[in-house]
Amino acid sequence: MKVALFATCLVDTMVPQVARATAALLERLGHEVVVPPGQSCCGQMHVNTGYRREAVPIVANHVRAFAGAEAIVAPSGSCVASIHHQQAAVARRAGEHGLADEAAALAGRTYELSQFLVDVLDVTDVGAYYPHRVTYHPTCHSLRLLRVGDRPLQLLRAVRGLDLVELPAADQCCGFGGTFAVKNAETSTAMLTDKMANVLSTHAEVCTAGDASCLMHIGGGLSRLRSGTRTVHLAEILASTEEAVSPDQSTRPAVSA
Amino acid sequence: MTGVFLGLPTAPRGVGHLRGDRSFPDAARDSLRDGQLRANLGHATATIRGKRAAVVGEVPDWAELREAGRAIKAATMARLDDHLVALEEQVTARGGTVHWARDANEANEIVTRLVQATGADEVVKVKSMATQEIGLNEALEAAGIAAHETDLAELIVQLGEDKPSHILVPAIHKNRAEIREIFLRTMPGVDPGLTDEPRKLAMAARAHLRERFLRARVAISGVNFAVAETGTLSVVESEGNGRMCLTLPQTLITVMGIEKVVPTFRDLEVFLQLLPRSSTGERMNPYTSLWTGVTPGDGPQEFHLVLVDNGRTAVLADDAGRSALHCIRCSACLNVCPVYERAGGHAYGSVYPGPIGAVLSPQLTGVEDNASLPYASSLCGACYDVCPVAIDIPSILVHLRGEHVEAQSRTTPEAVAFRALSTAMSNPRLWRLAQRAAGLGRFLARGRPTLPAVLPPPASKWTRTRDLPTPPKETFTQAWAREHGS
Repeated sequence: MKVALFATCLVDTMVPQVARATAALLERLGHEVVVPPGQSCCGQMHVNTGYRREAVPIVANHVRAFAGAEAIVAPSGSCVASIHHQQAAVARRAGEHGLADEAAALAGRTYELSQFLVDVLDVTDVGAYYPHRVTYHPTCHSLRLLRVGDRPLQLLRAVRGLDLVELPAADQCCGFGGTFAVKNAETSTAMLTDKMANVLSTHAEVCTAGDASCLMHIGGGLSRLRSGTRTVHLAEILASTEEAVSPDQSTRPAVSA
Repeated sequence: MTGVFLGLPTAPRGVGHLRGDRSFPDAARDSLRDGQLRANLGHATATIRGKRAAVVGEVPDWAELREAGRAIKAATMARLDDHLVALEEQVTARGGTVHWARDANEANEIVTRLVQATGADEVVKVKSMATQEIGLNEALEAAGIAAHETDLAELIVQLGEDKPSHILVPAIHKNRAEIREIFLRTMPGVDPGLTDEPRKLAMAARAHLRERFLRARVAISGVNFAVAETGTLSVVESEGNGRMCLTLPQTLITVMGIEKVVPTFRDLEVFLQLLPRSSTGERMNPYTSLWTGVTPGDGPQEFHLVLVDNGRTAVLADDAGRSALHCIRCSACLNVCPVYERAGGHAYGSVYPGPIGAVLSPQLTGVEDNASLPYASSLCGACYDVCPVAIDIPSILVHLRGEHVEAQSRTTPEAVAFRALSTAMSNPRLWRLAQRAAGLGRFLARGRPTLPAVLPPPASKWTRTRDLPTPPKETFTQAWAREHGS
């Protein structure tokens, strides 16, 4: 299958290795990956901060960039949820019905990585090898907007060498919430503290999730505490093999450059 | 008449408890540091969460019940005027008197006048959100009338000269040691050897309250459901203190927000299943009182129903926000909210705290009077999942953020930034430049994997407690284009 990769603005700019891992994984599974060069952002940050009018041209850019794509995959539950639940709505609210229809059609072909692997490609064992103790944080939008359920866990359970430990109070928000982390920094930090306490209680080396944004938040806290536990995106774990364990993965601090 | 529609009136300022004196982040800063509050709230919300999950999980048709609740509320709101007039006709036909109050001031005036007409200088009250919303106790006090709260938790809050912090459990922020201290300090004639054993505390409250029940000539209640077709009102409670208020005094004055009406008696079948399981985590609440007008020789012989708008019609006018009026005040959303659990109810500054408060309060007052509340959420969505009438609270929060941004007449620095970002993100060439500029941030890190902890605002809001990764030299899309020659 020809898969168009939507890196998302955050991954593309701040943690490119997540998009690289997603591409490597899909290619290893025998699919052709294209990266439409016009892509930027889904518009979620604008919508969720109240700038829904300003989000419309961003949605238009996204629709232009991915026009004609057969299947679009993004390593982010939150961005895919925004594409599914917000893009058409903000366009329609602005009276751009043509754009809204195009966005809705595109959303129907857009998948979060774990859903794409399990539901579309029908694969849970992606042939990965990752010899680490790992705990999984189900991000809120993956859990409650996309309902990815246990798909990421199915994928992780099939990874060779991986010691999966259950995260206590896993379904509690980590406190990221986009601009919430800045506008309500103290409440956000209080939520993060509890999430980190739960992560650290598992004695996992790695906390993983399907959203680079939440991982940047959790990882930023773990790194500040010099905890030694680091955050690694699900795509990076699934992309790892015996032959190609990234040299970075075993020694990286919680926040990866 | 001019051609300019100025909008429907919102709840007036200067009366009632819908507005805080501080923004949410400001108020939360203090409550987050209160270790006792954090411990009490964490313990209490976790307990109720567990109970709710267990009793909701055992109902095989919960999803259908929830959908029925949502549908009944939506249909009722679509014809709210008809249902209210029908309710008035039925209550009047059965010996009650109905009063219409446009806002908090009118409602307070009506109730004060009604109490004064009886000659009483004190009233007993069943716990009621609506009377707290309009500041009825303060209005009565100004008229020389003492209002005694009879719900145990409300009593604790009143004796402690405190404010409620939860819809269902107003004293959730107090533990039993703190309650014992309040009782010892404020209850006349209390046993000085009172311990913090819950049973002993309840007995002390009972002795205190019984005296007031037997003495009271006037009671004031709220209402959970008002049935339009029969004129029947209903109060749902756990302690039986409400039942005493509703049956013992000569005069009963009930204050209800206009959204509490349901069309038919049969509708109670749905809500009386949804409410207790969602709120206290019980299969059935201990006391469900129903009364219809006046019954000669039995219960109150004078009954008044005060219908309060106080901004509700304005909420109804907003098709993206009106479902907030479907709320049945169960408080399930508070108990699952990670923000509420940590910041506590007082941080919201309104009688309606938590996720539902963060959408309802700004809508009742106008969003600019509560502009920080729609942002007091990480949009995690836990509230929507547990809401028994399926109010999509996260979507309303996002909608209200939009209303707030669009209400600004002056351009804020944030708006400048978001507009510039929008321009960049909708133009691939500009976006590449913006990304390259962000990448220059790596020089601040001087080769370290994270940026310095001390950065100028607004970045400092993040970096004060969390590291930021050093941006890479090259973005993914740049690298991909270079490697794949596009």
